[in-house]
Amino acid sequence: MDDLRPLAELTGIAKHYGEGGSRVDALRDVDLSLFPGEVVGLLGPSGSGKSTLLNIIGCVIEPSGGRMVLDGTMIYDGHPTGGDLRRLRLDKIGFIFQFHNLLPFLDSRDNVAIVLELAGQGRFAARQRADELLDYLEVGNRSRSAPAKLSGGEAQRVAIARALANRPRLILADEPTAALDTQRAAIVMDLLRKVAREQAAAVLVVTHDEKIFDRFDRMLRVRDGRLEAGSA
Amino acid sequence: MNLAVRDIRHKLGRFLLTCLGLSLLLGVVLSMIGIYRGLVDDALSLVRAPAADLWVVEAGTRGPFAEASRMPGDTREMVARVPGVASAGAVTYQTVETAYRGQTLRLQVVGYEPGRLGGPAAIAQGRGIAIRHGEVVVDVRAGIALGDRIRLGRDDYLVVGLTRHHVSTGGDPVLFLSLRDAQDLQFLPKPSTYRRDQARGAPPPATDTINAVVARLDPDTAPDAVAREIGRWKHLGSATQAQQEGILVQSVVEKARRQIGLFTAILMVVSAVVIALIIYTMTMDKMREIATLKLIGAPDSTIVGLILQQALAMGGIGFGIGLTIVNLVADSFPRRVLLQSEDAAMLGVVVMLVCVLSSGLGVRLALRIEPAAALGG
Repeated sequence: MDDLRPLAELTGIAKHYGEGGSRVDALRDVDLSLFPGEVVGLLGPSGSGKSTLLNIIGCVIEPSGGRMVLDGTMIYDGHPTGGDLRRLRLDKIGFIFQFHNLLPFLDSRDNVAIVLELAGQGRFAARQRADELLDYLEVGNRSRSAPAKLSGGEAQRVAIARALANRPRLILADEPTAALDTQRAAIVMDLLRKVAREQAAAVLVVTHDEKIFDRFDRMLRVRDGRLEAGSA
Repeated sequence: MNLAVRDIRHKLGRFLLTCLGLSLLLGVVLSMIGIYRGLVDDALSLVRAPAADLWVVEAGTRGPFAEASRMPGDTREMVARVPGVASAGAVTYQTVETAYRGQTLRLQVVGYEPGRLGGPAAIAQGRGIAIRHGEVVVDVRAGIALGDRIRLGRDDYLVVGLTRHHVSTGGDPVLFLSLRDAQDLQFLPKPSTYRRDQARGAPPPATDTINAVVARLDPDTAPDAVAREIGRWKHLGSATQAQQEGILVQSVVEKARRQIGLFTAILMVVSAVVIALIIYTMTMDKMREIATLKLIGAPDSTIVGLILQQALAMGGIGFGIGLTIVNLVADSFPRRVLLQSEDAAMLGVVVMLVCVLSSGLGVRLALRIEPAAALGG
């Protein structure tokens, strides 16, 4: 993978909250590269800065310093570059949540199709693609079911289908297996690995879940706002 | 896809219950407007019934509705002889209470000369008064059946005709009877009083008194010119039909109009606050969903659209149900509720505007939700 250009490249990224005596450094001098096809685990105790890092890579919050490039687009270079981060999130980043975060008022198919419609696709095409994705993730038979009617594993697979809808280059997952048993957690991780390989996407997974450590290509650990290489 | 509709369908029962609550509130607003319109229309029905051009009253008064006005009974002949007057009729007005089928009935009694001006505008059922004594025509609101008898003073009267929408400014149904009967009812003392007056040597009571003369003018005759002519008699004053209507609305129903207007304004403010709170609560319930939508790249317009459409749907449905309810129960109100389509349309527009403005709080909250909240775990 070293010969590939990184999908996400963070250099000297820092994030602090507050100023003066109340200043809290959430991240300090973080360097990170994520490459196409790899699944990376991000570990660390609560409050270490994992979520902050995930939010920065996901273009949800701005860093306080450093440089960040996503899929060739400069996002931050000591200051915001003024790009449309909402559009960037929509087109290039897929999010997977701990509790799936499916919209309760949409069925499985429309939970996936909405991302495509937001990106400008017509309803028919969006629903067709949603059905394909649900079939791919083996929950096609639940496409008309409301999220409340799905099991935890099914809901998480629908959430993955939503994350994949716009063929993102970067998939960010926040504790995607925390609410699943070992078997279902393994299925979800295998799916993410499969997607990473087939779509040449980079997958970054924040987790505490030791039962999936063996599913990562590499693992990183955040400690006191600093990133260090970890081991499974 | 329309997220507002999907969310409403997802919590349909709760949404409809909310709409029902709002509809009752808007129904009250509609009722207040309808009662006001009914009040004015009722008040004007009495003054419009004779279809007169000119009202001749006692000098120095604005009678017969705003103030007491008493004139000699022959005033009608004097007015009828004024150049430009085509026809004239003497009228009396009084309020009486009587018992009917065990219940107290309050009536606005109008005395007029059958065959002259001053009678009911139209007979809905039966016929008009044909003889000088013993017959009455009454509004259906009184609940008296055609052919029934009703006691007024010392006499029983036969109901020969029914009218519609003839009520007083107070909402009492109007009863028409002949001028002679009305004068006896109003001015003839009780037997005991009469006997006492006779014992004192007092002159016999003068009952040939009227409250006003209504006149219809020849075409092309200016009412002001006739009014000036009548004004030469120092004991008489006059007002055109438009002036009499103005006096009635401004003097008699003005306070009620202000009262109802104030209530309506307060209810609109209450409605706005209720709508704002409902929208705010609905938005609070969706904070996580809104954060997720933002995180996956939904623009602010999608979020604002979701909240605005739900607010407008709630206002529209609430208003529709409220209008239906009021239309269904309008006849059960003690006072007439006159719902005019223009008023309903105007209130509908106001409700929609209130919904848009009231959703501002919810929109503000939604726009402040950070996408990062979706990742909160």
